[in-house]
Amino acid sequence: MDFQDTPEEAAFRADVRDWLDANAPKHLEPELKRASFGSSGLTSEDPIEAGKAWQKKKAEAGWACLHWPKEYGGGARSAMERVIWGQEEGPYAVLSGPFTIGHGMCGPTVMAWANEEWKERLLPPLASGEEIWCQLFSEPASGSDLAGLRTRAVKADDGSGDWIINGQKIWTSGAQNSDWGLLITRTDPDVPKHKGLTMFFLRMDSPGVKVVPIKQANGASGFNEVYFTDVRIPDDQRLGAVGEGWKVSLTTLMNERLSIGSGMSTGFPELFRFCMEAEVDDEPAVADSAVRSKLAQFAVKQSGLKYTGMRAISALSKGETPGPENSIGKLVAGATMQELAMFALDLQGESGVLWDEDSPQNGRFQSMLMRSPATRIEGGSDEILRNIIGERVLGLPGDIRVDKDVPFKDIPTSGRKK
Amino acid sequence: MNLDFSDEQKQLRDQVRRFLGENCPPSVVRNILEGEPDHDAGLYRGLAELGVLGAAIPEEYGGVGLGHLELCVVAEELGRVLAPVPVASSIYLTAECLMQAGSEEQKSEWLPRLAAGEAIGCFALNEGRGRMRAEKVSARFENGKLTGVKAPVADGAIADVAIVAAREAEGVTLCLVDLKADGVSREALESIDPTRAQTRLSFDGVPASRIGGAGDGWHIASQVMDRAAILIGFEQLGGADRALEMARDYALERMAFGRQIGSFQAIKHMLADMYVSATLARSNCYYGAWALATSAAELPVAAATARVSATTAFQHCAKNNIQTHGGMGFTWEYDCHLYYRRSNALALALGSLSTWESLLIERMSAGNVDAAA
Repeated sequence: MDFQDTPEEAAFRADVRDWLDANAPKHLEPELKRASFGSSGLTSEDPIEAGKAWQKKKAEAGWACLHWPKEYGGGARSAMERVIWGQEEGPYAVLSGPFTIGHGMCGPTVMAWANEEWKERLLPPLASGEEIWCQLFSEPASGSDLAGLRTRAVKADDGSGDWIINGQKIWTSGAQNSDWGLLITRTDPDVPKHKGLTMFFLRMDSPGVKVVPIKQANGASGFNEVYFTDVRIPDDQRLGAVGEGWKVSLTTLMNERLSIGSGMSTGFPELFRFCMEAEVDDEPAVADSAVRSKLAQFAVKQSGLKYTGMRAISALSKGETPGPENSIGKLVAGATMQELAMFALDLQGESGVLWDEDSPQNGRFQSMLMRSPATRIEGGSDEILRNIIGERVLGLPGDIRVDKDVPFKDIPTSGRKK
Repeated sequence: MNLDFSDEQKQLRDQVRRFLGENCPPSVVRNILEGEPDHDAGLYRGLAELGVLGAAIPEEYGGVGLGHLELCVVAEELGRVLAPVPVASSIYLTAECLMQAGSEEQKSEWLPRLAAGEAIGCFALNEGRGRMRAEKVSARFENGKLTGVKAPVADGAIADVAIVAAREAEGVTLCLVDLKADGVSREALESIDPTRAQTRLSFDGVPASRIGGAGDGWHIASQVMDRAAILIGFEQLGGADRALEMARDYALERMAFGRQIGSFQAIKHMLADMYVSATLARSNCYYGAWALATSAAELPVAAATARVSATTAFQHCAKNNIQTHGGMGFTWEYDCHLYYRRSNALALALGSLSTWESLLIERMSAGNVDAAA
């Protein structure tokens, strides 16, 4: 056991460091290090423009989309090299936030399902940050039960072969900044729900697309609703066969959980720093035994996630596939952050209720408190993640699905008795 | 980076697992639970012959001279089957203490016998209820003679030699005592886990020798307990994994309301949470194993981290294993209670969970804030 790089890894790390040292936007570093939950923390520059500039620079030097093949603008690097890059890029990775969904989910789906012509058109500008993508999956009535979605795609009756889209998506991160969207629709309501879906991609400036920011429970607006009114999509922007949309979406979702779960913060380092400085009954908080017990439980979750990540990296370094243990990442991080934020406020006494510039660490714990409910839901809720661990890791039977063989149009839509 | 055991260490794990599969089925644990003896002497001899007792003891002292990573692998397997043998007392604590601080003579006299399983050691720190602190040590070491009462002492009834914390003018000192000497008396104590027997040891002017310097005892004991905490952490990890497997198997087999109970989310999610805590514990224990094997500066933090995480996981998995089994889990006949007993006994061994939680934060705050990242 050791924490050392192999000689090849060390050489690659040195290259990465040299390049970052010469090229990273160091003047933004202090701001980026304060990055908060659901935002880049950037105020001195426009986050989208700063992100695009950084992504372009990386792309020109071959550091963009390290896991993609070179012909599509990627770096064709190994999984281990990608990990090392991530460790070294550190706070600057926040700048690439607007591309996370495109690079991690939409891009791989396009790569797996689009024809060569489209791949050459779409992927390089996505890799270099010239174009931003969003993922149009969730709907007001279909979250965890994604296959229950209702946005309709109907063949145009003008013989053009085009599709006409009507419906509504929700929880679309970055839709207001996106050039393209990956859209899953229902093309056949007469067959069971998983069988009537079809995947498309479209320009977000297509006529009939309307993006409306959602005012979230924490007052911020990171997500959007997207409305479709008679939006026309050419048939050659379909991914996979008609009715195969569910299969296509699995490519995306597999990538979603991988990218969201890796390296997630629990907020423990901030809490620990706070407890070193704060006082309880005129003593440092860390000297209080009740505080210590709580902190220790948070600490072992933080370190458990850290070393679970290192075990996965160890497997990659040996050329092996990491085991299922990484599936715990988001489940642990989200719940820990929420509990930890409540504890940090508790230690502030009644003043914990205040959320202003005088709050400890600029109100970071209040921000965590108000953002963490979303972490436990987005990209697979805690309950969905527990199902995945139970079924795929422990081998337990799936739930009994009462709507499995029922035509979509006959599935009940309200719990109220008529 | 390689936070994993080597192929050779994994082979050793397989070998020990096979051996214990044949030689330590639950019936062996039950014999100790329900019977007279404090441990399974045949099993202990078998482990000695396999060379695992001496895994981390140098060859010059009769060991196999592998290392502590190998001992971690062994510990996990012993924990999986709740092996009723005094490996923790005799090897993780007694042999470890002698290797850390013993004189040449003490090491030569005892390590070969401990490695061969011919002698059993025990570690006698406690004096009654409450968290153990240096200030509570009232046993006395004067003119080469030990007087005092120690309880509870794990494996005290079967031990040949004890390491005892006693007070002298300079402070707390660790003493090495041959338990065959006159003036030693032993009394068996009832406990929640009879498969790890507890004893009261009384000393009345018994000849003893110092381990390390006068007054260095608490410091040495802390170091030894840090190292042992990681090894016991691996036992807890093995127990947690096994309890989770038992619960999973039962959830697949047991039908209720016309379906396997594992298809109910109430059960499935409980098992997923058990998997989460066992996985966090495994990763933290690997960190501990690395620190133990390399004697890293992070060892005190890593030991407390592994210990807190493994204790939490084993207790969590063992109690929810019973819950998954429902009423059957509360019968004497099912093995669930064996894991429940052991998980709660090990949670107290070497100091309770809250003691280690406190130690972890004390150590992190004594270092620097980076320790938290």
